Amino acid sequence: MNVRLYVWQRATAAVMAPLVMVHIAVIFYATRHGMSAADILGRTRGSIAWAAFYGLFVLAVSIHASIGVRNVLSEWTPLNERRVDACAVFFGLVLAVLGLRAVAAVVLP
Amino acid sequence: MTTELAVSLWRGAEHGRYETYRVPLRSSQTVLDVVTFVQRHIDPTLSYRFACRVGVCGSCAMTVNGKPRWTCRTHIAKVAGNGKLEIGPLENLPVIKDLTTDMQPFFEKWQRAKGAFTPTQTRHDAIAQIKPDTPARKAADEAIECINCGVCYAACDTVRWNGDYLGPAALTRAWTLVNDERDGGNIARLQAIAGAGGCHACHSHQSCQELCPQALNPTAAIAALKRRTAAAYLKGEIKI
Repeated sequence: MNVRLYVWQRATAAVMAPLVMVHIAVIFYATRHGMSAADILGRTRGSIAWAAFYGLFVLAVSIHASIGVRNVLSEWTPLNERRVDACAVFFGLVLAVLGLRAVAAVVLP
Repeated sequence: MTTELAVSLWRGAEHGRYETYRVPLRSSQTVLDVVTFVQRHIDPTLSYRFACRVGVCGSCAMTVNGKPRWTCRTHIAKVAGNGKLEIGPLENLPVIKDLTTDMQPFFEKWQRAKGAFTPTQTRHDAIAQIKPDTPARKAADEAIECINCGVCYAACDTVRWNGDYLGPAALTRAWTLVNDERDGGNIARLQAIAGAGGCHACHSHQSCQELCPQALNPTAAIAALKRRTAAAYLKGEIKI
């Protein structure tokens, strides 16, 4: 961990904190109002706001989690720094692709 | 009533063993008293390190019943309630012989953390007037009480698994100088502690704070250094 990764991890944590709160509120709202999948998709499809909200969420998670995984690999495995960096970047890209694919599935018309 | 103490002392270098000795119990007896008794009355080949015997020099730290402690100010009654005492060399440092460790890696990290004062004036200038009640001076005054005993370094989990980590003592020293308005080396110092093995490697386990014999809080100093280096990085004063 160096200061650049520290700043990125703290900054993405600060971004995620309010997004997590809204995400949990959305889950409660959807379940307490008995919304079906069709109801939810009817509100999210074509919505730039939901696309931006969850797109930002996915990117923040991908950066934040990959830095955390990098630290774990660096401290607990014999991998050298170059391989640790490669694994962390790969993990972050996988999270970003899977996450953005899921966002696309609910917001694209 | 028990009149003797069974004390196990580490004998040998990295690969050694604990040997048990019987030492008479005395009132107000310290761990250093026990080690000294063994060396003077049972086995003069026992190696250990001490100087002042009154908690000032920081040279007598050892591992006592699994925890690093300053032995000259640690009473037997506090640590050997069950009548057993196991004393070994400090962890996280190479063992020279018996209870003495090689402190070179410890002090080399002070150098890496730019722990030396960088003067901004000469002897020909007037003596700097330092206000004692500013937040920066108060922070420096607290951390400057470090006696370099190595207890925090031996207690640190991060040092244990990351040999590159500077450790609590070197970073606390850096924190005193960051807060010293007379010092002119802060950019280089923040740069030195902002990379891999620097202050951001700390996991805030707080073993250093719990076991520091001077009741200092290196964890808080390191947390403050994390914020200070982050601010310097965002301002472009240091580079990674």
